[in-house]
Amino acid sequence: MGLRIIEEGFITTIQDLGRYGYQSFGFSVNGVMDNWAMRLANIALNNHETEAVLEMSFLGPSIEFEEDMIICLSGADMSPSINEKPVTNGKPLTVNQGDTLQLRTAKTGIHCYLAVKGGLKIPEVLHSKSTDMKVELGGFQGRKLQTGDVIPIHQPMKSRPFNWYLSKKLFSYLDQNPTVIHFIEGKQYDWFTEESKQTFENELFQLSTQSDRMGYRLTGPSLHFKKQQELITEGVSFGTIQVPSSGHPIVLMADRQPTGGYPKIGQVIQADLPLFSQLRPSKAFTFKKCSLSDAYRRLLATETELNQIRSATKLRWEAIDS
Amino acid sequence: MQSVRYIPISESALIVEFSDTIDLHLNNRILQLSKNLVNNPFPGFIEAVPAYTTITIHFDPVKMKENPYDQIISVIDHYLTRSTKDVRRKKTVKIPVCYEEEFGLDLDIVASHNQLTREQVIDIHTAKIYDVYFLGFSPGFPFLGGMDPRIATPRKKTPRLQLPAGSVGIAGSQTGVYPSTTPGGWQIIGRTPVKLLQLENPSPTLLQPGDRVQFYSISREDFFNQKQEDVTWDYES
Repeated sequence: MGLRIIEEGFITTIQDLGRYGYQSFGFSVNGVMDNWAMRLANIALNNHETEAVLEMSFLGPSIEFEEDMIICLSGADMSPSINEKPVTNGKPLTVNQGDTLQLRTAKTGIHCYLAVKGGLKIPEVLHSKSTDMKVELGGFQGRKLQTGDVIPIHQPMKSRPFNWYLSKKLFSYLDQNPTVIHFIEGKQYDWFTEESKQTFENELFQLSTQSDRMGYRLTGPSLHFKKQQELITEGVSFGTIQVPSSGHPIVLMADRQPTGGYPKIGQVIQADLPLFSQLRPSKAFTFKKCSLSDAYRRLLATETELNQIRSATKLRWEAIDS
Repeated sequence: MQSVRYIPISESALIVEFSDTIDLHLNNRILQLSKNLVNNPFPGFIEAVPAYTTITIHFDPVKMKENPYDQIISVIDHYLTRSTKDVRRKKTVKIPVCYEEEFGLDLDIVASHNQLTREQVIDIHTAKIYDVYFLGFSPGFPFLGGMDPRIATPRKKTPRLQLPAGSVGIAGSQTGVYPSTTPGGWQIIGRTPVKLLQLENPSPTLLQPGDRVQFYSISREDFFNQKQEDVTWDYES
């Protein structure tokens, strides 16, 4: 009993905030691509923000609810409807046994999140519920969801009245125009020619269609090194911008390996990762350099904002539950 | 003491760079530091990822007070000024490998590239004791040091789309084992029946950084009869 996938989407996986503590054994972190949208979905339900969710990318699935429960959608707008009645992202929704949620192709962004109040009943593998599709571990049988799968939930929830929702402004990054992605200098920034450093900030890039949860491959101008040098494999993180010898950058995403052997020109700042993760392949964007302290300041501002939303929703839930 | 470089690579990760050349003694220091950090984590510490010449420290800056970098650097400086103990385990993991044609897909290429016979390649590959520098590329994949240059062979021009778990290969002057089914460009010389990934165990990988590894040759028959318990551990006195 739980969420029955009646029509699979393009890629739907179970993810939490990642599998930490095992990178030194060679495991990927995995986890959601857009942690801002995912955490907001959990916060709206007064869940712990690390609670695992469904990450539905490009084209969403259709889901039948086999029990009464309370859900929240957030992130990409997939024109959601329940029993053919449109519903909104960022709002706790009561669904009854037998109701069907329909999602379509993403209109803004690419990753939509579905959180369930009380959480999905999925066993942890190495302390995380995140799916590693490559190694086939974690999540639901280590793979993307297919038609016929039933994802159990922790407990059914009875209907409650909700007359509030998260501000649409919280998701305005999904259609930010023009799109500017801030980065800090990478460890091998000085390996690049002055001209390439300029090019990197002045010209437009786009995601190639060969991008996936492991890495976003960029099309646009190619970047050049001052001289040919071999890098000894070293650590990387979410948002690392690597440049292989082709000169076309690859940005490492949620399913990246713990280490990499290509020179790093930069690192997408954490505060811009939700925006970057949600970029659509056709969307042109530019990179803009910022300092580490600016990046840090923006990260803390993001956390402060989430804390405020968390306190506000907690009060709403306490009022409903009392 | 050789000085190290600290390079922040993101708001929540810092690389400590020991050198720009691969060296076993240096790798010992890296593994020692990794062990110290895991055993005595500072507030906000998430994990440490050792590599050949660096260690990457992942942390949660939100859980730390102002200026996390200075805090981490002072923790690391403290550990680095202490003497390095030998962190390499005083034992060798003996891994059975079947080098027969069915599994050693590229053994002939490695042999002819180095003007050796198949048997000579196997003898050279099994004679050495390898050091596990770190794990990476895929879960449980050991980066091994110490291969005999007489069997060094360049990678395949076109990687294979799928290599079975347990494939033992050579790439340039490195040798390694693929713990899970992955695409890969290494020259495959054999396969082990032993599982290198054991998710149900507290330690999810058979090999750990700091281990020593030796391969030994088994027949096709032994390959199919092999049990996980047959991995032998040799303790040095």
